[in-house]
Amino acid sequence: MIIFEHSRKNRSARAQQPSESVENFDLPASMLRQDKPLLPEVSEMDAVRHYTRLSRKNFSIDTHFYPLGSCTMKYNPRGINRISQFHGFLGHHPLSLDENSQGFMVCAYELQEIIKAVTGMHSVSLTPMAGAQGELAGVAMIRAYHQERGDTARDEILVPDAAHGTNPASAVQCGFKVREIPSNAEGDVDLAALKAAVGPRTAGIMLTNPSTLGVFDRNIQEIAKTVHQAGGLLYYDGANLNAILGKVRPGDMGFDVIHLNLHKTFATPHGGGGPGCGPVAASARVAPYLPVPMVAKLGEHYHWLTQKECPRSIGRLSTFMGNAGIILRAHMYARLLGREGLKRVSEYATLNANYLLARLKAAGFTPAYPTRLATHEFIITLKSEAKTLHINALDVAKRLLDYGFHAPTMYFPLLVPECLLIEPTETESKETLDAFADAMIQILKEAETQPELLKKAPHTLPVKRLDEVKAARELDLVYKPKNHAASNSDAPMESPLLHASDGG
Amino acid sequence: MPFIPHTEEDVHAMLATIGAASIEDLFAEIPKELRQVDLSAVPAGISEMELFRLMHDRAKLNNSLRCFIGAGAYEHHIPGAVWEVATRGEFMTAYTPYQAEASQGSLQLMYEFQTMMASLMGLDVSNASLYDGASGLAEALLMAMRLVHGKSGQSTEPVILLPKALHPHYREVARAIVGTHAVKLVEVDYDAKTGRTTIPHLEKAAPEAHILVIPQPNFFGVLEDVDALTDWAKQKKMLVIGVVNPLAMALLKPPGQWGKTGADLACGEGQPLGIPLSCGGPYYGFLCCKQEYIRQMPGRIVGRTKDLDGKEGFVLTLQAREQHIRRAKATSNICTNQGLMVIASTIHMSLLGPNGLRKVAMVAHNRAKALLDLLRTVPGVELVFSAPYFHEFVLRLPRSVESVLQDLIKRHIQGGYNLQPAYPELGECLLVCATETKQQNDLEAYLKALKEVLS
Repeated sequence: MIIFEHSRKNRSARAQQPSESVENFDLPASMLRQDKPLLPEVSEMDAVRHYTRLSRKNFSIDTHFYPLGSCTMKYNPRGINRISQFHGFLGHHPLSLDENSQGFMVCAYELQEIIKAVTGMHSVSLTPMAGAQGELAGVAMIRAYHQERGDTARDEILVPDAAHGTNPASAVQCGFKVREIPSNAEGDVDLAALKAAVGPRTAGIMLTNPSTLGVFDRNIQEIAKTVHQAGGLLYYDGANLNAILGKVRPGDMGFDVIHLNLHKTFATPHGGGGPGCGPVAASARVAPYLPVPMVAKLGEHYHWLTQKECPRSIGRLSTFMGNAGIILRAHMYARLLGREGLKRVSEYATLNANYLLARLKAAGFTPAYPTRLATHEFIITLKSEAKTLHINALDVAKRLLDYGFHAPTMYFPLLVPECLLIEPTETESKETLDAFADAMIQILKEAETQPELLKKAPHTLPVKRLDEVKAARELDLVYKPKNHAASNSDAPMESPLLHASDGG
Repeated sequence: MPFIPHTEEDVHAMLATIGAASIEDLFAEIPKELRQVDLSAVPAGISEMELFRLMHDRAKLNNSLRCFIGAGAYEHHIPGAVWEVATRGEFMTAYTPYQAEASQGSLQLMYEFQTMMASLMGLDVSNASLYDGASGLAEALLMAMRLVHGKSGQSTEPVILLPKALHPHYREVARAIVGTHAVKLVEVDYDAKTGRTTIPHLEKAAPEAHILVIPQPNFFGVLEDVDALTDWAKQKKMLVIGVVNPLAMALLKPPGQWGKTGADLACGEGQPLGIPLSCGGPYYGFLCCKQEYIRQMPGRIVGRTKDLDGKEGFVLTLQAREQHIRRAKATSNICTNQGLMVIASTIHMSLLGPNGLRKVAMVAHNRAKALLDLLRTVPGVELVFSAPYFHEFVLRLPRSVESVLQDLIKRHIQGGYNLQPAYPELGECLLVCATETKQQNDLEAYLKALKEVLS
């Protein structure tokens, strides 16, 4: 049921309405709205029950194993969420004077320093509000760097074919042309193709390492040399930083600009699609272009750096300080884990991925890159099963839902046919991984004996397989009330004054 | 190992299955010379108890005082139930709903959100959120530029009229994000007497333009003559983007009803609808438009459909616009947005309803008016702009705003936002806000403090 179907005219959650009268209201009637917007008119319990019930139709980390490749769905510590709700943080206005904001600023500053240490970069700006905005910032910085040097012919960004879709989209949004570089049979960037592609038009390359193919590019130093010699810069997409945290640093690999996804590596909740946080960090020569604001420290006092102090900055990307509450959470996560704990993240994430890969391999599944070690994630391809058993990656993914597991990322990266990209993360136990492997084995058996079980999966969820084609063809994006008893949105408001003061 | 469950036995068994001697061996493909990481600059780990203590002390340093700052982020009552429900693990720890059947909760809620937001704006459709108000405007501008290109050809360099009465940070973000494209951003002066953007100012700014941005209320809290501005732009076949406070739209004429035709797009900061101030974020941006423009909309959109049994369900739709399908040809690079804020905001709107939201907006206006009436009694303090205002207004003080704000802090009042850095012509001007959360004794405390400071 949709919330509007619970609506009854002039029902309301009375406790939430201001109690005072608004008799002396002086705004001219010509400026006021005459109709009633379509918002629910329900009691407080109606709303709470409706949304609590909706929540139960979701898979989440708190309820399910969620091995969504390249998304790092690890446990989000509850204690951190609790602390971030202290009034000093939650009730604090972003434009308060610096001397009243030191509690937040010290945390942001410490996180900047921690990110510098784990990435090997010179400076950090925490303001981008998600990975894609970090990318946009990074590419804009690359553009600014070349432009300031008068190097204006550089209009191409190289992007490997395995890259996240945001990479080419971000490059284009900054006015660059995108040139795709193929991967070789072992999952590394095709060096010969790269060498043929670089030149005086190369502004830079956007690279994820380990890549979304689930392997670490062994030629990273050669790649860096090739791009740098051509006059380009290296951009690091930090989506997979969980694989190498504390083990190897993008700065040491030769990257000039990077972004991180705090909602992945630093365990901040993903909220059903955000908020994220995508800090961007840079080497010394690109640091002047970092977006503002940033936090600086003078003695024991923290203050904001704005365009005034950073005149070469690409500017401001958010109204205030990005997703400040996420910055706070990521900072707490880093403080809880500390230097030893951060290192263990990549170690156990890698152990879990290689263990799960070994189990699936032993059961007859085909790894996309059988000669390679897994990083924090790996790909299996169901290409042969598709031929012999006439089932595909989608069927397996949907059937996994019936077994109580969220599906891995499917059909990405695009260059591996019928693929599942599986990322277990370090916070899952051996028992969970075993149960997942057992389910995969069971599903493969079902594919042989009862393929219908897969074809029509899921069977046990609130809905069966949904018709996406219909959704796109017959667009239904907003609810339209069928009868006026349930909603009175079309009813004109006799007098806004009268209506508005009926709370009590 | 705070959150890693492995026992020593587990590790041995797992390594045996893999056929590796140690965890370190699993990193063998990384060139050895790169594997020398020094993390000594990172503090050692602490327990949750120690973290609670540390953060408790730091939260106290963030002295919130009595806050009369608005300027784009507003203190409102948020029903206790909003975040109690929104932080349920099923909502808070889910990913973007790629597996629709396992994400019906988030998806249906976003569909409900789209319905509420579109109706609040008086427009046909809404997306499922952008990052925040300022970057939301930048996305709206990019969308409008695509529409201009579609109408007048790719070679047209769109001219955008951006009122100076729009939030200065929004203009900064527009310059940073939109400025890398072939586009002309023209800033439009406001009327010094009323604080409004007027038609003569628009006509003076550029002989020809394609896109007009109208803030309502504008940064000074002033209500623009949105009907006249929209009609003027529409007569010149321009696209109109309303940048609005969504709470105010429960009370004021929404963008879809401006002038004879309505605005084409509406965007803004969702924070006033159930999102705490939280040091500046996370908030969320919203973007609504007329149906005909939907295919140029950036960001996630949820649609209602049927399952195999004909049962109603919800999916992400029109994904052919998006980066994970279209890559370089996408309408935007946006991927992760502000899902959890939308969840909270949707619950907030459900608990307030149309009458509640409108009443909050009216009380907020009345509180601001009551505060203005008090502060104007202080000698030397005057109201700067004559046009009607929503819940914020500009005062001129008899001396430097910076020093007055410092002196007010000593009396536990955050007095407002100093306009001078962003508007040098408004030296000694202060932007002051009061919403429904301020009670009579708060207003009187401000009056008392200001009297002392200025005497």
